[in-house]
Amino acid sequence: MDYFLELLLGGLTRGSIYALIALGYTMVYGIIELINFAHGEIYMIGAFTALIAASVLTMSGMTGLSVLVLATVVAVLYASAYGFTVEKIAYKPLRQAPRLSPLISAIGMSIFLQNYVLLAQTSDFLPFPNLIPALPFMEPYSQLMGSTELVIVLTTAVATVVLTLFIKFTKIGKAMRATAQDRSMAMLTGVNVNRVISNTFIIGSALAAIGGVLIASHVGRINFYIGFIAGIKAFTAAVLGGIGSIPGAVLGGLVLGWTESFATGYVSSDYEDVFAFCLLVLILIFRPAGLLGRSTAQKV
Amino acid sequence: MKQVSFLTVFLALFGAVCLTVVPSGSPFAADTIKLGVAGAHTGDLASYGLPTVKAAELVVKEVNAKGGILGKQIELLVEDDVCKPEVATNTAMKLVSQKVNVVIGHICSGATKAALGIYKDAKIIVISPSATNPDLTQSGQYPNFYRTIASDDAQARLEVDFAIGRLKVKKIAVLHDKGDYGKGLAEYAKKFIEESKKATVVLFEGITPGAVDYSAVVQKIKRNGAEAVIYGGYHPEASLIVSQMRKKNMKTLFISDDGVKDDTFIKVAGKYAEGVYATGPKDVSKNPPAVAANETHKKAYGSDPGAFFLNGYAAAQAILAAIQKAGSTDYAAIGKALQTESVETPLGRIKFDKRGDAIGVGFSMYQVRKGVYGEVK
Amino acid sequence: MKILSEFRKSFFISLWFMFLTFPILVIRVNTIEKIVEWRWRNMAFIGIGSFLLSFVWRYLLASKERVRKRAEAGEGEEVKPISQRVLDEPWVYRPALVAVGLFALAFPFLFSSYQTNIMTTALMYVMLGLGLNIVVGLAGLLDLGYVAFYAVGAYSYALLNYHFGLGFWAVLPVGALIGAFFGILLGFPVLRLRGDYLAIVTLGFGEIIRLILENWNEFSFGPSGIANIPRPGLFGLKLSLHEATVYLYFLMVALCLFTIFVVNRLRDSRIGRAWIALREDEVACQAMGIDKTKTKLTAFALGATWAGMVGVIFAAKTTFINPASFTFLESAMILSIVVLGGMGSIVGVILGALILILSPEYLRAFSAYRMLLFGMTMVLMMVFRPQGIVTNVRRIYKYRERETDGKPLQA
Repeated sequence: MDYFLELLLGGLTRGSIYALIALGYTMVYGIIELINFAHGEIYMIGAFTALIAASVLTMSGMTGLSVLVLATVVAVLYASAYGFTVEKIAYKPLRQAPRLSPLISAIGMSIFLQNYVLLAQTSDFLPFPNLIPALPFMEPYSQLMGSTELVIVLTTAVATVVLTLFIKFTKIGKAMRATAQDRSMAMLTGVNVNRVISNTFIIGSALAAIGGVLIASHVGRINFYIGFIAGIKAFTAAVLGGIGSIPGAVLGGLVLGWTESFATGYVSSDYEDVFAFCLLVLILIFRPAGLLGRSTAQKV
Repeated sequence: MKQVSFLTVFLALFGAVCLTVVPSGSPFAADTIKLGVAGAHTGDLASYGLPTVKAAELVVKEVNAKGGILGKQIELLVEDDVCKPEVATNTAMKLVSQKVNVVIGHICSGATKAALGIYKDAKIIVISPSATNPDLTQSGQYPNFYRTIASDDAQARLEVDFAIGRLKVKKIAVLHDKGDYGKGLAEYAKKFIEESKKATVVLFEGITPGAVDYSAVVQKIKRNGAEAVIYGGYHPEASLIVSQMRKKNMKTLFISDDGVKDDTFIKVAGKYAEGVYATGPKDVSKNPPAVAANETHKKAYGSDPGAFFLNGYAAAQAILAAIQKAGSTDYAAIGKALQTESVETPLGRIKFDKRGDAIGVGFSMYQVRKGVYGEVK
Repeated sequence: MKILSEFRKSFFISLWFMFLTFPILVIRVNTIEKIVEWRWRNMAFIGIGSFLLSFVWRYLLASKERVRKRAEAGEGEEVKPISQRVLDEPWVYRPALVAVGLFALAFPFLFSSYQTNIMTTALMYVMLGLGLNIVVGLAGLLDLGYVAFYAVGAYSYALLNYHFGLGFWAVLPVGALIGAFFGILLGFPVLRLRGDYLAIVTLGFGEIIRLILENWNEFSFGPSGIANIPRPGLFGLKLSLHEATVYLYFLMVALCLFTIFVVNRLRDSRIGRAWIALREDEVACQAMGIDKTKTKLTAFALGATWAGMVGVIFAAKTTFINPASFTFLESAMILSIVVLGGMGSIVGVILGALILILSPEYLRAFSAYRMLLFGMTMVLMMVFRPQGIVTNVRRIYKYRERETDGKPLQA
């Protein structure tokens, strides 16, 4: 039973990591029906920026929680800026284009950003200091779940709740829902669609950056390639849960995390990715729009 | 204004760029000895390939200054293969078509395997500073291949003997990163453990490199009651596994290979690296030739040399010395010279056996003590 | 004044980029060595570069808008670009074709075997591009896992040769068949999926195949791969390396011509038109009585056949295969060839493959920036030229009222 509990909690942490990044994917897709392949790279840039900020701050003599807070703020700021810029350069000119063009543009942007960081920084793995302080009340449970894991799970939960409330009750949220439903109609009713789309990218990137800081603290190392790997997994999670749906992204992330954890624990670590992808294929066969997705009727 | 078609402009530009950038012939005189250096020089594995290039450059500079070999100057042909087999075959063909005499490389075992066939047909001797796959010498299919590093089965042998003999563990978990190097090592380790009948392999699994979290595998290790973990792979995954093990208060011993015996591992794993064992090439840093080689590197490039630098240096010295002793660049003559004459290199006094392995180059066990790797006698 | 406002816009854009790239380009952190390096020169480059480029960008976007507005307003007929009109003239394209043909035949004798090898690789990607063109370009099914069929073809040759000693010529059709089989296998689960869901499942399929090849050691020898795969034989003659390279080159040329011929014929056949109908509007296609299932499955199967064949050739050419050659990036590469060359257009795909594969080899000076340029090219091509290098001009039949001095045509 202990073993099962450990796997469950491990899967919960993993799932929360995927969910945090998947939220960004799902939001962007809901608004402009684009798979933003570059989202993983925004996450990676957030982590790198946080590392740079933290190093500079530490060198100037700051320590403790303030480093975490400031580094996160800087990371969020820059990740949002990158997300905003990427949208303006690579996606905005392609709003009217057929489906495939923005997709290729996204893949190209993803490759570009990866190599940009690779060339500007280094190809090595850089150690990332654990900025999250060890919470004393978690000590007795450190076998099951550490402080960093708890912070990640809580952050994901809080982010989901805040995001859902935001979309439901604020004016910007309403504008987002309107744009997602019918873009031309939203424009007719006076919604500034360009601004809404930019805001979506900004919020998604901010979440990715927070995820980047937390996950990098947990894992302890970053390099230019982490965005790609995390991106594919998070993207799978988003599609699994129904792309375009926020609770779907979280559900998808958790399902994926638990599948991987239990597959490793009870079968073999060799095939954990195969399990994850097979699960995706199976779910999509029986529910083509994902677990919580809405299947839109096709009009001729 | 009639708009010039995009297609014409595009093709014209492309043609112009190609014509100006296509490389022209070599600036050297025709009468030189061509030494090819092939490996990963760009991309994410560049840090394993570039130090060998620098080693070759330093050796060639020194030899050329003394008048060259057999009265001819040595010309370096450096080609990149990004450690990919299909690119490696292209690189090999390029070097062969440029009439290279001998090649130092490649860096990764997979790329070397792909390229060796081409070199074999062209009767070119290849000497590698870092390709450790045992099949390259033991299968007998590549008589033109030599290397200045011990093969993986020697490493696995050392790890297993150490774990069973010195650390006296009975239950061992063998993990790998599903890559060619890591998995190969792990399989040899498993074989040796099972043959010894003094310990059991309680777990044999591959982990996914680049994953965010290995807690499931770590829990599996704990559940199976392993006293030690033998890991085949590189330092990024190793540091994560060790950190997660220690965070869960597991006292399991961790033994790994020379992909982990790297200062970067200690820096990345921090305090969790303490006590970790890893095999690595015998400590030759006190050898006078090694000290001299490192000094030369520092003076020329202003930094400490990287991975496989001394191996690359030794390879360059060995092959050039063999050409000198053989008196020509003939394939059979160089091969005979490599096998019969010893050469003084930073790795010690070495020569090569019939299969291509270096005699006099071995592995030792190291342990992280107080944040530094120290040899375990 | 307009110029002043343009200057001001570009100035702010350059400030923005300097701010944006400040942490990553200017500060270099090495937490291993615990050093922080400041590179202010990069900031100057970014500032000046983005200032100038923003002018170019806005000009190009504006001209794109102008063209689009003109097309929408219906002004002027669709004037084919001058190069296309010139190429359509028989007295231009026939000699050009002959010249290209002669050049292709003479190529291995004019250049070294290294160059021939590269050209063979480029031709392999031409074939792959044409195969993917069937799935993505003609049928409109977004396939991100095309590399799976490529891997299947390569491994089938390697394994059949290892276990049963079958030669290259025996396995070539077998590889094609196995590819087709896997194509149908992939096709079944994705029949009901649309658009982006289809994309992610095909991506998953590609990854599953690669992971199985990597982990199922007993079957595929895992990450160490399979070595010493024999090259294609010529009636049992023993060929030297150079001769084998030339032989393989001519083989590739022949296969490419075969592929071009078949794809061309397919496009004009009944099934080809069914694919194009499927791409344009799935529901209308079904309403017209076309069997969606059969059409989709044939698209996948036929597309995969070519990948299977090229896989066999890949294994024979490099004589060593391992799963690391078949990643998602390969699929992305082949997809870029199709999209950048011009979806649905055969000439475009050929050009795209040649350019995308030959440039990295010939521009080895820029090799460190290769992937960066590749990514940037993808984005730029999509923004400014989404139809690709060669536009696929659909055959349009137009009714023209003949001018007979103002009098309407007799009924």
